[in-house]
Amino acid sequence: MIKEAGFLARADLQTLLDRLHDLGYRVIGPVVDDAAILYRDIDRVEQLPLGYTDDQAPGSYRLSQVDTPRCFAWADGPHALKPFLFAPRETMWQVARDSDGRLAFSAVDPRPAKALAVVGVRACDLAALALQDRHFLDHVNDPYYEARRAGLFLVAVHCAYPADTCFCASTGDGPRATTGCDLALHELDDGFIVEAASPRGHAVCDGLSLRAIDDDQRRAANDALSEAAHRQFRRLPSTDLHNGLLARLDHPRWEQVASRCLACGSCTSVCPTCFCHAESDAPSLDGNDSEHLREWDSCFSAGHAQLHGFQVRPEIRQRYRQWLTHKLGSWHEQYGRSGCVGCGRCITWCPVGIDITAEANAICADTIEEAP
Amino acid sequence: MNKPSIAVHKFSSCDGCQLAFLNAGEELLTLAGLVDIRHFLEAGVADEQARVDIAFVEGSISTDEEVERIRRVRENSTLVVTLGACATAGGLQALRNLDDSHTAWKNAVYAQPAFIRTLDRAEPVSAHIKVDFQLWGCPVNGRQVLAAVRQLLFGVLPAVVHDKVCMECKRQQAVCVMVTSGKPCMGPVTRTGCGALCPRFGRDCYACFGPADDVNTDALSQRLEGLGLPPADVARRFLFITSQAPAFHAAGLRHYRPGFVDD
Amino acid sequence: MNPYLPREAEIVSRHEESATTFSLGLRLTDGQPYRFAPGQFNMLYLYGCGEVPISIVGDDPVAGTLSHTIRAVGRVTQGLQQLAVGDRIGLRGPYGRGWPMAAAEGRNLIVVTGGLGCAPSVSIIHHVLDNRARYGHLSILQGVKHADDLIWREQYDAWAALPDVTVGLAADVASPGWHGHVGLVTALFDQVTLQPEQTLAMLCGPEIMMRAAAEQLHARGVAADDIYLSMERNMQCAVGHCGHCQHGGRFVCRDGPVFAWPEVRALLGVRGF
Ligand SMILES: Cc1cc2nc3c(=O)[nH]c(=O)nc-3n(C[C@H](O)[C@H](O)[C@H](O)COP(=O)(O)OP(=O)(O)OC[C@H]3O[C@@H](n4cnc5c(N)ncnc54)[C@H](O)[C@@H]3O)c2cc1C
Ligand code: SF4
Ligand code: SF4
Ligand code: SF4
Ligand code: FES
Repeated sequence: MIKEAGFLARADLQTLLDRLHDLGYRVIGPVVDDAAILYRDIDRVEQLPLGYTDDQAPGSYRLSQVDTPRCFAWADGPHALKPFLFAPRETMWQVARDSDGRLAFSAVDPRPAKALAVVGVRACDLAALALQDRHFLDHVNDPYYEARRAGLFLVAVHCAYPADTCFCASTGDGPRATTGCDLALHELDDGFIVEAASPRGHAVCDGLSLRAIDDDQRRAANDALSEAAHRQFRRLPSTDLHNGLLARLDHPRWEQVASRCLACGSCTSVCPTCFCHAESDAPSLDGNDSEHLREWDSCFSAGHAQLHGFQVRPEIRQRYRQWLTHKLGSWHEQYGRSGCVGCGRCITWCPVGIDITAEANAICADTIEEAP
Repeated sequence: MNKPSIAVHKFSSCDGCQLAFLNAGEELLTLAGLVDIRHFLEAGVADEQARVDIAFVEGSISTDEEVERIRRVRENSTLVVTLGACATAGGLQALRNLDDSHTAWKNAVYAQPAFIRTLDRAEPVSAHIKVDFQLWGCPVNGRQVLAAVRQLLFGVLPAVVHDKVCMECKRQQAVCVMVTSGKPCMGPVTRTGCGALCPRFGRDCYACFGPADDVNTDALSQRLEGLGLPPADVARRFLFITSQAPAFHAAGLRHYRPGFVDD
Repeated sequence: MNPYLPREAEIVSRHEESATTFSLGLRLTDGQPYRFAPGQFNMLYLYGCGEVPISIVGDDPVAGTLSHTIRAVGRVTQGLQQLAVGDRIGLRGPYGRGWPMAAAEGRNLIVVTGGLGCAPSVSIIHHVLDNRARYGHLSILQGVKHADDLIWREQYDAWAALPDVTVGLAADVASPGWHGHVGLVTALFDQVTLQPEQTLAMLCGPEIMMRAAAEQLHARGVAADDIYLSMERNMQCAVGHCGHCQHGGRFVCRDGPVFAWPEVRALLGVRGF
């Protein structure tokens, strides 16, 4: 259960970072880099994107500076939590071959030198994390994911500044962070309402100088969140998308979206819930040892569903359909809910600005709208 | 056991791809221990007629002499592997294939054009002989070349890279330059292999690794036009280093008018 | 336990089935026991090159070996083809859900295979013949594109000679000396006396063939739940993580590769899934 812990004055935010460092965490937080807000190693509050906000639209992301004392006045950038746990590329095991041809296999020890503490996580990414946990830990333990997940400390920020591409209110995953974090912050001009959501979170609070929260602060924070939810204008259809999409596999809209789709896989890569990956081998040139790697893959890639002499999804239409029917449909069969948490990343970071909500609505509305 | 033999042949090219071997540092010594290098002019080994297990070919086929020579390479080699954009897709010099001005250009550029013996067209190696494996890039990625050598020495073909640069760009956690700054990036149609080098440094990909599998060039052209590129520039994006790769050739020609200058 | 880490296996025997198909006998060098169920598969690792999913055809518990039949079609399988007795590979498994051999006890079995994808069905036949008293009549119906594609010709003759076993062969294209049916394997259903309530069907091969066979068997009175089939998809992890083998909401590697027909019926043979 998430519980109010107290008010942290803006001037004391550094003590939170210091406390996490002191506890031995590698601290990750948002910084402005490469014209976007990205997660990077931080130790000073001055590194946070103070005064920055973002303007997101299908296929477009722009940062700008506004007159605000706030550090979290923006919505999610391209990086989710996903890369910290499900690495974009990693070595899984190594094998050495001796002169008699004998093979000795050894697994890579996936334990990180330091556990991660991530500051600034949004509700959508917490929901996505819960889905990735189920995928990588429920049936068969993925030792690499598990090792990085084990010590993870999460400082959420309730999302008062959704982008135009956000629709977490429609998926029920935001903008308020309700579970899955250790601490959660409401940012106000003069500081933060700190909430603790786990024993570890409470322990971190014990080392902070927190004041009592007054009703005005509480009201301002809550108002900002309801307003944030109302500002979101994108939404997924509220119908049964699993059966709805599967009943419309021949809808002409698939062909229309395929004519615009580059099959580039950007959407699946930025999506915080997509889990597909490919394995490959990298032997040393002398041939005496080899590494077995995995890296992010996508159902938009040509190799994803390739069998010998048979390509399951030769057409872009079928690949887009796989993405949408999996994400919004068959995810229900696998994990009891939709695979979309409404973060809007696939809309912003699609080079041609294809909008998952527009496609889902068009296909399920049984009407063919013109693509924007 | 006999060491496998290799040859590195040069055709019309800048020599930059062969450097993948020479720049390999310590790996070059390892390689020299694994294979018998029978022909490699840059490394000072010359036996053009040598029979080899694997021939690496750099450069496009641009002269009469090269047409003959590439046939002999094929006859003398068990496997032929192209090395880089010129050998695989014609390279920059193949831009002359786009219109019939070859003679006019030759006369304009050279003081004594009579001594220049070039064909009207510069063509990829595969236009003349069967190629067993292709390595793309201008220049090739040295690590990719050595990885391919390793697989061939194991007796299997190297795995084909299918992915688009976007996939690698995202794995590298680089930020999309098209989305953040409207740059006309070719990543969505380009085969990876470079490690998303340009986008990682904030530049737009210019497609030196050629087309990926299953590209939607029409959709990208439309997007490039939407970013404000005039047709001549859209054509140039496709008709550049790998202009003879069929997918780019067709896409470029949809925007190209022979001899056109900037509108 | 790291679910991705292969164990070392030594090739202890090798047999050529045809120009492109060969069988390997493997022994795990760690000496640890290995058990599998018919229809399950292993990931075989060719050193430095990659892993491929391959069905387990059978084992010899006394000798401590297991066998695989492999068709050399691409990078890794052609590399495996070059290996000799004494060479080492990696192996992890067994994976997936196999054939319902327990549910099949006391019933007549009809095994329908198409194309060259017969390896998963051979394990059924071995299991039935090794435990003959537990099963009723066994019909083996095999279809191939071209008569010359049929491997194990003598094997089929040997099976046909056994009591309570029917063998039917069909080829789309016949060749001289072909005694089987010319046409689709499903036409062989006319040649077997089917007792629908007694029968459990096991199908393996191209999806179009399996769909047609399932529908025709069902039309002849075999209950949908009594029809099982083995699916094939690109597989990299074999443990339900990499996402390549997904067929709708199913992970073929983990939930299958053997499914009861109703589980996959909606998307079976639908292009793109
Ligand atoms: C559950 C299962 C059981 C199988 N049992 C057998 C068997 O007993 N005998 C046999 O000969 N073959 C079997 N196959 C098919 C075999 O796995 C493929 O022929 C093999 O993966 C091809 O790999 P390659 O590198 O030689 O071919 P390439 O065509 O070079 O492979 C390229 C890529 O595609 C993948 N791929 C290609 N074809 C398939 C395929 N059919 N299934 C899955 N992935 C594929 C490979 O893993 C690789 O990643 C089985 C497949 C599955 C899914
Ligand atoms: S599908 Fe799009 S909006 Fe939904 S979680 Fe994935 S990236 Fe975010
Ligand atoms: S199949 Fe496609 S949509 Fe589903 S997890 Fe994989 S990449 Fe994402
Ligand atoms: S929807 Fe957009 S991001 Fe996704 S593959 Fe198509 S073009 Fe790329
Ligand atoms: S093979 Fe990886 S999920 Fe099935």
